[in-house]
Amino acid sequence: MAMTDQEILTGLGEIIDEVAGVPADQVTPEKTFVDDLDIDSLSMVEIAVAAQDKFGVEIPDDQLKDLKTVQDVIDYVRRSGA
Amino acid sequence: MRLTEGSAGARILAFGDYQPSRVVTNDELAATVDTTDEWIRSRVGIASRPIAGPDETLADMAVAAGGKALAASGLSPEDIDLVIVATCTPEAPIPNTAATVARRLGISAPGAYDLNAACAGFCYALASASDAVRAGTARHVLLIGAEKLSQWVDWTDRSTCIIFADGAGAVVVGPVSDPADAGIGPVVWGSAGDLADKIYIPDRNGFIIQEGQAVFRWATTALHPVAKQACERAGVDPTELAAFVPHQANLRIIEAIARRIGAPQALVADDIVTAGNTSSASIPLAIARMLERGELASGAPVLLLGFGAGICYAGQVITVP
Repeated sequence: MAMTDQEILTGLGEIIDEVAGVPADQVTPEKTFVDDLDIDSLSMVEIAVAAQDKFGVEIPDDQLKDLKTVQDVIDYVRRSGA
Repeated sequence: MRLTEGSAGARILAFGDYQPSRVVTNDELAATVDTTDEWIRSRVGIASRPIAGPDETLADMAVAAGGKALAASGLSPEDIDLVIVATCTPEAPIPNTAATVARRLGISAPGAYDLNAACAGFCYALASASDAVRAGTARHVLLIGAEKLSQWVDWTDRSTCIIFADGAGAVVVGPVSDPADAGIGPVVWGSAGDLADKIYIPDRNGFIIQEGQAVFRWATTALHPVAKQACERAGVDPTELAAFVPHQANLRIIEAIARRIGAPQALVADDIVTAGNTSSASIPLAIARMLERGELASGAPVLLLGFGAGICYAGQVITVP
């Protein structure tokens, strides 16, 4: 069964909390990773790796750089069939 | 045919270390390349790194560390019958470093070879030393991880010159008669030659080139299962580990792997902060410093994990001498 945006957001919040120490309640769809959440490119790789474990969706490095906001990741995960 | 008589197991008898006295700070690098202290600390975790002087050779550093380990072991040079130098930065392909180092330490006519598995070199060589002692082809092995990476770094390339450093770390490995006293667990080693182009030196006049993000992804994905398997083969649960000493590649990689091995109580080596990335020297250097600070009790189980160019990787559990 496909995950809803809210389910993906919740999962993503848990990942970002663990990887970057940003509290999950601050992870909202409109936030940008670099400017709003202070997450750098290495943390983005860790988030991608954790997202693969959690959602079963692979996010390669060349796609990763285009995912600027939380909503971008939610859309990517949903599009890729989670 | 008659075969050698082996021993029940092998253990590390002593550690030794050497680092150049010249220390290069992040601010010094920021004066010559476009970077900042804050950026380097947050991305790789390094505050400063020792860099060899122009006249300080790889063999000089290896001799200094090896001599300390030998003295700490209580053995004499004549007790050593095999010398291994793990390095990816020899002065030249021939002669090898090990024979020169052996001569300078007064070790007479030992087996002597260099081993190149880049940043996994120490763990590969430790497995080889342990196997030689167990098989009876050597009784006491002097193993030195030594690197002069500064001569293979482009000091105008801000992505690599902030990372690599110089130094040497050594151990003496010897036999035990009771398997219960063995202090070097089974190695879990491997390679991924399909990723050879992620860390390489293009030719003899070239410098280290690294695809940082790809290496980071590989290291944070592929290595924790190797670490867990090394514990399993040694019969040591990760929760029993006193310390986790991975190759000091990048503090962010170290922390990411540490989170995934299920050893929350283990002390995690962070020697990279002041040692930089010294490839095959980083693991023995880190342990030598932990021993100096009294952080590791004799007999405590410690997980080692080497990984780097090749890509080569290896892990094993050891006990502290």
